[in-house]
Amino acid sequence: MYRIVRKKVLNPTVKLIEVEAPYVARKAEPGQFIILRVNEKGERIPLTVADFDREKGTVTIIFQKVGKTTKLLGTLEEGDLILDFVGPLGKPTHLEGVKKAVVIGGGLGTAIAYPQAKKLYSLGAEVDIIAGFRNKDLIILEEELAKVCHRLFITTDDGSNGTKGFVSDILKELLDQGNRYDLAIAIGPLVMMKVVSNLTRPYGIKTIVSMNPIMIDGTGMCGGCRITVGGTTKFACVDGPDFDGHQVDFDEAIRRQSMYREEEKRSMEEHECKLGGGNNA
Amino acid sequence: MPNMSPNKVRMPEQEPELRNKNFNEVALGYTEQMAMEEAQRCLNCVNRPCVAGCPVNVQIPDFIKLIAEGKFEEAYWKIRETNNLPAICGRVCPQETQCEKVCIRARRGEPVGIGRLERFAADWYMANAKENSGKADGKAEKKNRKVAVIGSGPAGLTCAADLARVGYSVTIFEAFHDAGGVLIYGIPEFRLPKEIVREEVDTIKKLGVEIKTNMVIGKTLTLDELRKEGYEAIFIGTGAGLPSFLGIPGENLNGVYSANEFLTRVNLMKAYRFPEYDTPIKVGRRVAVIGAGNVAMDAARCAKRLGAEKVCIVYRRSEAEMPARQEEVHHAKEEGIEFKLLTNPIRVLGTDNGWVKGLKCIEMELGEPDSSGRRRPIAKAGTEHVIDVDNVIVAIGQTPNPLIASTTAGLETQKWGGIIVDEETCATSLEGVFAGGDAVTGAATVILAMGAGKKAAASIDKYLSQKAD
Repeated sequence: MYRIVRKKVLNPTVKLIEVEAPYVARKAEPGQFIILRVNEKGERIPLTVADFDREKGTVTIIFQKVGKTTKLLGTLEEGDLILDFVGPLGKPTHLEGVKKAVVIGGGLGTAIAYPQAKKLYSLGAEVDIIAGFRNKDLIILEEELAKVCHRLFITTDDGSNGTKGFVSDILKELLDQGNRYDLAIAIGPLVMMKVVSNLTRPYGIKTIVSMNPIMIDGTGMCGGCRITVGGTTKFACVDGPDFDGHQVDFDEAIRRQSMYREEEKRSMEEHECKLGGGNNA
Repeated sequence: MPNMSPNKVRMPEQEPELRNKNFNEVALGYTEQMAMEEAQRCLNCVNRPCVAGCPVNVQIPDFIKLIAEGKFEEAYWKIRETNNLPAICGRVCPQETQCEKVCIRARRGEPVGIGRLERFAADWYMANAKENSGKADGKAEKKNRKVAVIGSGPAGLTCAADLARVGYSVTIFEAFHDAGGVLIYGIPEFRLPKEIVREEVDTIKKLGVEIKTNMVIGKTLTLDELRKEGYEAIFIGTGAGLPSFLGIPGENLNGVYSANEFLTRVNLMKAYRFPEYDTPIKVGRRVAVIGAGNVAMDAARCAKRLGAEKVCIVYRRSEAEMPARQEEVHHAKEEGIEFKLLTNPIRVLGTDNGWVKGLKCIEMELGEPDSSGRRRPIAKAGTEHVIDVDNVIVAIGQTPNPLIASTTAGLETQKWGGIIVDEETCATSLEGVFAGGDAVTGAATVILAMGAGKKAAASIDKYLSQKAD
C-alpha cells in the first residue's frame, strides 16, 4: 500500500498527489511513468512522473479527471492509501547536451512537460516554454514553470488569459521570428503533438513527444500500447514513452486511444449511479 | 485386487453448452469413491516408469496406493515431498506426454488417471485437512542467508519453496500486483481457479517465503542492487512474457489483441466481470484466434464465454501439428470452437474507422519437414479468402522479456532472448545468478518450469554451501 502524503487541487479537474513510494522515488527520472491501481477491482492506469524526492522517498503525479479511475483517485485525501504503485517504467528522456529547447505543454501535458523543462534548465539549456489551456481557470503550474525557463508563453483557447489561441500558434510565431531550437518537447493531447511535430518538421528540429496509450502491465507483456513509429511497431511502455514526433503515426494512435470509449462511459455511469444511490439512502 | 477396467474412471465435467457461458471450472474433480476406484487401477509395478516421467519425480505409485487405502491426507503429503503445487499440477500438467504416457496400464487401454488423482489429493486436503491438520511443513533451521527469486510463476514459486525448506531467507520479487505469474494472468479461471493458485501461494508463504509485489526487476531494482541488498544468490524465473506478432498489415487495428493482453485482461484484471471490475474488454460477435497452442485454446474458449457467437482457431498447419494438449483441443471443440486448419492469415482488414472487419487468409498444404521436424506449410496459389471477424487474437507464441537481460551487464542470452544456462546447474554466465523455466526455454509448460526451479534450488543450495566453506 502506498500512502498519499500531499494533495493539491490544481484546477477544477486536475489534481496533484505526492505518494510514498521509496523504491520508485530512488530511480525515477523525467519522462518515466508509473502504473497504479486504486483498489482491488480497479484498473491499472499509467501516469507520468511529475516530480520525485529521493530523500523523502516520494513520487508526485498530476492527473486529470477523465474516467472512473482518475475520478476515484481524485477523491482520495492525504493519508489515504493506494493499493498498487509500480515503477519507474519506460525510458527516461535524454536531455543532456541541449543548448536551446522549446518545451510545449497542452493542458495536463504541461504537468508532464514541467520536469523535463526543469531538468533542461538545470543542465544550462536556454528554455522557452509554451503552455496552453482551454481557459484561465484551467491554468496549472504557472509559477513553477516560470522558474525553469527563460521565456514562458501561456495561451488559452478562449483568450481568457495570456494569448488567445493554441500553443502551435505561438510556436509558429517563434519559428517565423527566426528562433531556432535544437530540441522541441511536446506533451499533451495527441492532436496537439501531431500539429507541433508537423510545424517543426520543415525546420529539422528534433521533436520528442510523450505517448500515453492504453496499457496494462507496462513491462512489454501485453502489447496493448503498440504504436507505429517510422513504419515499425513499438511498445510505448518499454521502447518509450518518448518517441520522435516526426516518425509517429498519430492517426493510428488517436484511433487506438478510442478503443474503449463506450466501456469507459459505461464504467463512469455505473460509478456515478452508485454514488447517486448512496446519497439518496 | 487391482481394478482392471481399461478405462479411467470418468471425471465429472460441466456440460459444454452450459460451461461455454460461464467461467466456472470445467472439470469438477473426483469424489472419494471415484478416486479410490481409479487408484485401484495402479498396479504398483516394479519399474515405476511414471516417477521417471515426472519432471519433479513425484512418488506416484506411493501416493496412489495411499488414496486406494483411503488415506487421503497422507497421499497429499506424499506428493508434497517433491511437488509444491499439487493442486495446480493435477489440473494443468500435460500428463499424457509425461507420467501417464509411460504408465504400464497404457499398453492396454488408458493409463492410470495420475493427474486426476493428484488433483483429488490436493483438493481433498484443502477442503478437509488444511485448517486442522496436525501435520505441517517442517521448518528448517534458519541459515540467515538471503536468496532473491525474480518472478512468482511456477519456476520461481518452486525454487523459493525448496530453498525455504532448507532454511534460506527467500524473497520473491513480482512485477504484477498478484503472485502466480502465468498461473494468474495466463491460464483462465475455468481451467485453473485463481482461488486454488492463491491457496498454493499461501502454502509457500507459510514456509517463510516473502513475496514483494509491484517490483519490476530491471527497472525498480537491478540485479546489482539486489546483490548490494545482501542477496547472495539470485534465481531468474521471469517466464516468457513478450508477445510475438505476425508482422502482417492491419495488426494494429482496433480489435486486434495479443493473446497475452486478452488473457491478462480476462484473468488477472477480471474483465469478464466488467463493470464490477474496472478493466474492459472488447469482444465482438465473431472472433478469430491465430495459433493452435494451449494459449490459443484458452483465448478462444474465453472469447466464447465472453459472448462471441462464432470463434475460430486459424492455424497454418494441420491438426496433427497443433501444439495444444489434446484435452484442450477436445474441450474447445465440445464448446463450439471452429478450427480453420491449413489456413494462414495474410492481412487484417479494417473499417474506415480503423476497427477489425475481417481476416484475409490463404490456404496451405504441407510439404517436407522443416527445422522443427513438422511438415512445412506452403501457400496454395489463388486460394485467398476473407473470414469476417470483429476481433483477432494473436496467439503464436511468447518469448522471454528482455527487461532484465538489457539492464544486467554480462548476462548472456540467446538471440531470441532466452537466458543461457548450464543445463545441469541452471547457472547463468554471472556468478551466483541462476535461471530456469520459460525465461530459459521459451514458452513451455508449468511442470517443466517447476522442474527447472527445483533443479536451480538444489544448485543454489550447493553453491551457497560451498561459498560458505
